[in-house]
Amino acid sequence: MDYSIKIGGEAGQGIQTIGDALAHIFTRAGFYVFSHQDYESRIRGGHNFYQIRISDRPITASRNRVHILVALDRESIFLHERELVEEGQVLYDSSLLRERFEKENFLDLPLLKLALEFGGDKIMVNTVAIGAIIGMLGMDPEIMFELIKKTFIKKGIDLVEANLKAAKAGYELARKECLRCSFRLSEFTEPKMLISGNEAIGLGAIASGVKFYSAYPMTPSTGIFNFIAEQAKDFDIVVEQAEDEISAINMIIGASFAGVRAMTGTSGGGFALMVEGLSLAGMTETPIVVALAQRPGPATGLPTRTEAADLLFALYAGHGEFPKILFAPGNPEQAFYLTNKAFDLAEKFQVPAIILTDQYLADSQWSYQSFDLTKLKYVDYRLRGDSLKNLSGYKRHAFTDTGVSPLGIPGDSSHLIITDSDEHDEEGHLIEDAEIRVKMVQKRLFQKIPLLKKEIEPPTLYGEKKPDLLLICWGSLYGIVKEVVDELSKDFKVAMLHFSEIFPFSEEVSWVNLIKEAKIVINIEQNATSQFAKLLQLETGVRIKKHINRFDGRPFTVDELKERVNYAYLERF
Amino acid sequence: MLTLKDFKGQKPAWCPGCGNFSILRAFNEAMVELELAPHEIIIVSGIGQAGKFPHYTRCNTFNGLHGRTLPVATGIKLSNHQLKVFAIAGDGDCYGEGGNHLLHTIRRNPDFKLLVHNNQIYGLTKGQASPTTLRGVLTKTQPFGVMSEPLNPLALAVALDCSFVARGFAGEVTHLKWLIKEAVKHKGFALIDILQPCVSFNKVNTYQWYQKRVYQLDDSYNPEDRKLAFQKALEWGDKIPLGIIYRINRPTLEEQIPVLKKEPLVKQKPKIEKIKDLLNNFY
Repeated sequence: MDYSIKIGGEAGQGIQTIGDALAHIFTRAGFYVFSHQDYESRIRGGHNFYQIRISDRPITASRNRVHILVALDRESIFLHERELVEEGQVLYDSSLLRERFEKENFLDLPLLKLALEFGGDKIMVNTVAIGAIIGMLGMDPEIMFELIKKTFIKKGIDLVEANLKAAKAGYELARKECLRCSFRLSEFTEPKMLISGNEAIGLGAIASGVKFYSAYPMTPSTGIFNFIAEQAKDFDIVVEQAEDEISAINMIIGASFAGVRAMTGTSGGGFALMVEGLSLAGMTETPIVVALAQRPGPATGLPTRTEAADLLFALYAGHGEFPKILFAPGNPEQAFYLTNKAFDLAEKFQVPAIILTDQYLADSQWSYQSFDLTKLKYVDYRLRGDSLKNLSGYKRHAFTDTGVSPLGIPGDSSHLIITDSDEHDEEGHLIEDAEIRVKMVQKRLFQKIPLLKKEIEPPTLYGEKKPDLLLICWGSLYGIVKEVVDELSKDFKVAMLHFSEIFPFSEEVSWVNLIKEAKIVINIEQNATSQFAKLLQLETGVRIKKHINRFDGRPFTVDELKERVNYAYLERF
Repeated sequence: MLTLKDFKGQKPAWCPGCGNFSILRAFNEAMVELELAPHEIIIVSGIGQAGKFPHYTRCNTFNGLHGRTLPVATGIKLSNHQLKVFAIAGDGDCYGEGGNHLLHTIRRNPDFKLLVHNNQIYGLTKGQASPTTLRGVLTKTQPFGVMSEPLNPLALAVALDCSFVARGFAGEVTHLKWLIKEAVKHKGFALIDILQPCVSFNKVNTYQWYQKRVYQLDDSYNPEDRKLAFQKALEWGDKIPLGIIYRINRPTLEEQIPVLKKEPLVKQKPKIEKIKDLLNNFY
């Protein structure tokens, strides 16, 4: 089983409502689900779509070919009809589109009429559509009914009843009318969890004990803010919307200095404003975590679309020289564990950590059996209460064997916690002394970095252990390249080398031989200038000659990338 | 018993005769009289001559970036609202570089105190105009004189319904000490704009210039009356009022956050064990 459903229409028509409901129905049925969204920077109108793929085996990307196209506007048909597979079906309502399509594989159902008749409100169109899609798939509607009950019970029994009726009406009519529907679904199994990149970062932060989150809303990072704010009450977290990103990063630095785990999230433009604050965290050795969800730039760029072109910017962000950690998870599962690792290492080494995602990963939803909570790490590295009180002396920036000084909580004892954005002495007082300056730089950089490198995992190899064709990628390309490797493995000895713990590079470097020994190496990036390849060359001296780049704001698709890899391979001869 | 000795910090690097010395004395004396020990207070300062202030007393210290004292202080206050938090900045720092933060900190009303050392000039960078430099003043970077209207911080604060607005003068230490103590006793965000002569770079607004003009508001003045306060805040010229210009009780930021009702955030252990329940929401 491997089906794709695309819901297209204008912003504000409920595409997301339908898509989210379907995705949840499918994961509850135990199917593996992958969904991604394509939307414009507007609240009403335009053309948006939501694509869901379902399978009985784990899937990690969207596919080009669609089995059911739900057209809430005419544009959806003009743009996406050609994506249909042979047995594919279009679901639409001619009264809504004001046009009838006399084609065999077009199913014209009176969604609006049914919404009014059975749901009593035109808003029920979405529910009718959900019912109709479940009907077209020939899926047992029980899970859909359960989800409707669960979703609407808080809003009253009347709304539950109305939605159930509307869904049933859509379901039954589709069962009756769609004579050409011949989809075969697998047996239901254990329910899967469904999670997006943004939610996984929020979940990872809460699992790491985040107590303070401050941010300025910016697409596509706002989902993290929303998620954490929603949990603020249950998990005793303070959330504060800042007046700008400068304030956001300075607030979390203040909160962290006072003794709690603190985080912010933004996109490229907001991150640009945070750069000075990042340097402040570096100088004052204050642990912070920053989620940077990239979108195409420069400037405002394409606000709702995807790109991964802030890698080198993030790497070099901040004036002066100080260590930082840079992670770029490949999927929500990695985002969850790497957020945890970011919090742990940021506090352990008292450095800023950045989690780099992009719109594609932020908004796409993946399904999993579960996350293993035993893999999470929580160690409180701060000196609190008695452990601080009992010290005979305290210096915030004391020189130590590791370069890591004791991180005390101001107010917990009579010891004073002092730090400065100016160069400072061990106590934290500002100095001009050349000798202390040198020792401080050595402490912050040269003592910490080798220890930090020991904590970093090498890249992940997927596919052949000794590949002829090696595909290099980082961040959100993981799922797409993985499926490309699966498809190409029939013809090639192929593998993917995926980087998620981007900086510093791991101490373990045996993987460099894979690059040196492969017959052909192709670097794939969602940007114009192959930024990761430059970093790789800087760190290892290995230069990659072949690159595949995409920078039109749309994610790579498996089918397109497969062709481009094939082409790049053939170019060799 | 606390004494001034408890607040003896590093040797100040200010110019001899600088107005900052008397502000430091007023602050230290206020802390002794309020019986606030060095470890119970924290000063967040920015950059400029005022930014060095916490090093010259004794306290927990976050000497951060130019213009960014207020967000750092807000983050500290929200994490540990039992700490007595002070933000100390200069006129360039707080009214120029960090102006936006001032607007929004006044709106939020966190319970910490902002002391602005307002010398109407940039001292650390050697004499450029600040947001409060008077029109027409010639400087190296304003060769035709300052063309912009000076910012009136008190009128701005009253307009934003700031919960405590006051003006002090470095030349009147006892009065300034009283203002600091009143600000600490007040619940909510407090702005004390402190007129501070810069002996090296401001040849216009000297001790004599201020002394000729300043006068202390007496008991007949009612700082609870916002219209009157606005009028008083606009008074600048031959006569400059010193004292509490405006005071009102507004809910503080931290008392409106349900999570902080129990105890300071920093005392609350993360509820990591509950993550399993949250994970279940994804099925």
